[in-house]
Amino acid sequence: MPAENWIEPHPTGIYVKPCDAWIDPSTPRPRALVTHGHADHARGGHGAVWATPETLSIMGLRYGVGAEGNAMPYGEEVDLGGGVIASYHPAGHVLGSAQILLQHDGERVVVTGDYKRRADPTCPPFEVVPCDVLITEATFGLPVFKHPDTAEEVAKLLEARAANPDRCILVGAYALGKAQRVIGELRDAGYHETIYLHGALEKMCRLYEELGVDLGPLALVADQEKADLKGCIVLAPPGALNDRWSRRLPDPVTAMASGWMRVRQRARQRNVELPLVISDHADWDELTQTIEDVAPREIWVTHGREDALVHWCSMRQMKARALAMVGREDEDD
Amino acid sequence: MRAFAELIDRLIYTRSRNSKLALIADYLRQTPDPDRGWALAALTGELDLKTVKSSQIKAMADERFDPLLFRMSRDYVGDTAETVALMWQEPVGGVPAEDDLSVSTVIDLLADTSRAKAPQLLAGLMDRLDANGRYALLKLASGGMRVGVSARLAKTAVAQAFELNVDDVEEVWHALSPPYAELFAWGEGKTARPDPEGTPYFRPFMLAHPLEETRVDLADYAAEWKWDGIRVQIVGTHGSVRLYSRGGDDITASFPDIAEAFAADGVVDGELLVRGDVQGGEAASFNALQQRLGRKTVTAKMRKDFPAFVRLYDILIEGDQDVRALPWTERRARLEAFVPALDQGRFDISQLIPAESYDQLATIREGARDAAIEGVMLKRKDSPYIAGRKTGLWYKWKRDPLNADCVMMYAQRGSGKRSSVYSDYTFGCWTEDDELLPVGKAYSGFTDEELKMLDRFVRQNTVNRFGPVREVEKTMVLEVAFDSIHDSKRHKSGLAMRFPRISRIRTDKPADEADRIATLKRMVT
Ligand SMILES: [Zn+2]
Ligand SMILES: [Zn+2]
Repeated sequence: MPAENWIEPHPTGIYVKPCDAWIDPSTPRPRALVTHGHADHARGGHGAVWATPETLSIMGLRYGVGAEGNAMPYGEEVDLGGGVIASYHPAGHVLGSAQILLQHDGERVVVTGDYKRRADPTCPPFEVVPCDVLITEATFGLPVFKHPDTAEEVAKLLEARAANPDRCILVGAYALGKAQRVIGELRDAGYHETIYLHGALEKMCRLYEELGVDLGPLALVADQEKADLKGCIVLAPPGALNDRWSRRLPDPVTAMASGWMRVRQRARQRNVELPLVISDHADWDELTQTIEDVAPREIWVTHGREDALVHWCSMRQMKARALAMVGREDEDD
Repeated sequence: MRAFAELIDRLIYTRSRNSKLALIADYLRQTPDPDRGWALAALTGELDLKTVKSSQIKAMADERFDPLLFRMSRDYVGDTAETVALMWQEPVGGVPAEDDLSVSTVIDLLADTSRAKAPQLLAGLMDRLDANGRYALLKLASGGMRVGVSARLAKTAVAQAFELNVDDVEEVWHALSPPYAELFAWGEGKTARPDPEGTPYFRPFMLAHPLEETRVDLADYAAEWKWDGIRVQIVGTHGSVRLYSRGGDDITASFPDIAEAFAADGVVDGELLVRGDVQGGEAASFNALQQRLGRKTVTAKMRKDFPAFVRLYDILIEGDQDVRALPWTERRARLEAFVPALDQGRFDISQLIPAESYDQLATIREGARDAAIEGVMLKRKDSPYIAGRKTGLWYKWKRDPLNADCVMMYAQRGSGKRSSVYSDYTFGCWTEDDELLPVGKAYSGFTDEELKMLDRFVRQNTVNRFGPVREVEKTMVLEVAFDSIHDSKRHKSGLAMRFPRISRIRTDKPADEADRIATLKRMVT
């Protein structure tokens, strides 16, 4: 049965009619399928939740989700009722992130959630899942977004540290995913010094470690003397970059790890001195490459700069439509 | 191009003036000739490659990108050159890492091409650069770096890089041309200072301190009117004449009537004014002068409607004799002898104020009603003409003390009739750390003509957008008049102005000479 007969996109989520379940609903629902732990996809207050074990742990930390969680290890199929079989596949976005494959009456539909194609030391890589309808994100859905090599960006960070022995390098990074990724990338680049954290990042880093992601030596900024942080790398949530908190740091070089840093104006708006283009979302080339790899019959675009991606599809005679989804902030990168 | 692109990029993300100076100085020290000279020319706006205009860049984009995708991207990014640099499809196999184009190679190629061939040449160069390099290339080729660096700041960086005196750099500047090999050779101590002799070069101005609390004895100081125009220096050498503004910008093209009329060898300092009808041919208010400022070409009608003249204050060089070391009284006598030989319609002398005592001067100053009088100058009678601001020699005593020179920081569209123009301006003054902090907001005080000019400035110098607000390049000095100024906890500067309005647009004034927060704090009531 064609997807439009059993999948309904709503501004508040994607409704899967035969099994009465919602994907990434932004309001509480009795049955929710959650792609990953970011707040614009995972909310508290649902009845039953289906998500990967890692995502359930993250939701547990954030919303106290417990007994209502149904663990969905990658690749395992579950019958949701109404003739709908669901399985979760790595999306490469953050730890636990998944694409959801729904099979119903001979039709295969993949909801990517947020995803990226390049390597990430903190989560398994994206898998191409063949399907009839691909429901994709488009956060960086403009051809100006081409994320450079991650290693080059990490090298810039290490160069800035070496060039400023009397200052610290303060990196703004989202608490879930980006912060741990930056740490992991630094470790892969051979940096094994202690990395200092804003208090708001601590719990998530600990959870990552419990879930088997080794982050090396970490310590809290709050426990250090100002002068001891000279020449150190400090991570904080983006909101803390320009607030009072940063005054406890020794003359910080303000950096920000985000795909938005590709555009100068966005970096300047954040008062960033050292923009690092490190993204957990697919860039333009990855978005279009994925559409070509998956080769679906139809493409639905959930959130981001969907018009450009839809236009790109239509130039290639691919059937595509933009879904108007609300509350999907593009700031989680 | 790699080092240059990195410089441009880092300047964009650096806000403090001192850090900008350090970045440019480092680059100038570490980069060989002639690359550093071309880079300097690009930063000071003296590089004019006639073959590449923004239309050539647009043409290159139209040929390569889907029009709709380009338009959506351009709308998002807000800058054509950056959009093209980011969207550019790199050649298969990427950009060759070891193939670093030099800035001078790029300039040579672009200077040699034609407008028709420029897009193709540019595209070939784009293929050899990474995203930052492509951005720097397009900015370099089309002029307009917009990295928040004024010509004055760049010259200060030259001085800092090679431990030179910035006034010495100013003096030789107009005698040199890109890529300034002689300048760097001098800086590195390989040759003597380039000799600007024989060219109509600029001499740094002598400037005055605000009088404020100081009281001076009129036995030692001469008083003269301070006129409300723009300070200019006229340099005549062997028949060629140049007009320079305070910042050392060559403004000859805007005032050909003055340049043509100056038939003398020498260097004089004066106030450029335009004649107004109001006072029977006397100097008109500053607003009239605005009509003539900043124009590259001047129509006959404009010359007729707003005839310019110069009211002279001082003489620096007479014939080929440098008289700057002489005391002011001696120079004044020479000036009085010099002026009658000039075209009387274009040049006169600023009259001294015959005041016996300080109190009498205060009364005369209060009574001055001429629109073109800005205040009073007090000059030590034995003062030589020294570059810069030397304590105790010259003072300016402005008529209205509640005036401040501020730098435009943000602009917003107005409401109602003005909803399509940027007419609300937030302006700031400098902190001790050379950072600008907003001190107020004004949306009145300018003529329609001036509003048009300011609106154009905002559109062409936007560096950032926050919803309806545009952040602009910090180069436009606005003289702001206000009724009073108070302490305020609500503002980061700690100050709030009452009824601020734009009294003048000081295109003649470099932004780093705008007032300091500390000066405004002293006006607090
Ligand atoms: Zn996400
Ligand atoms: Zn998201």
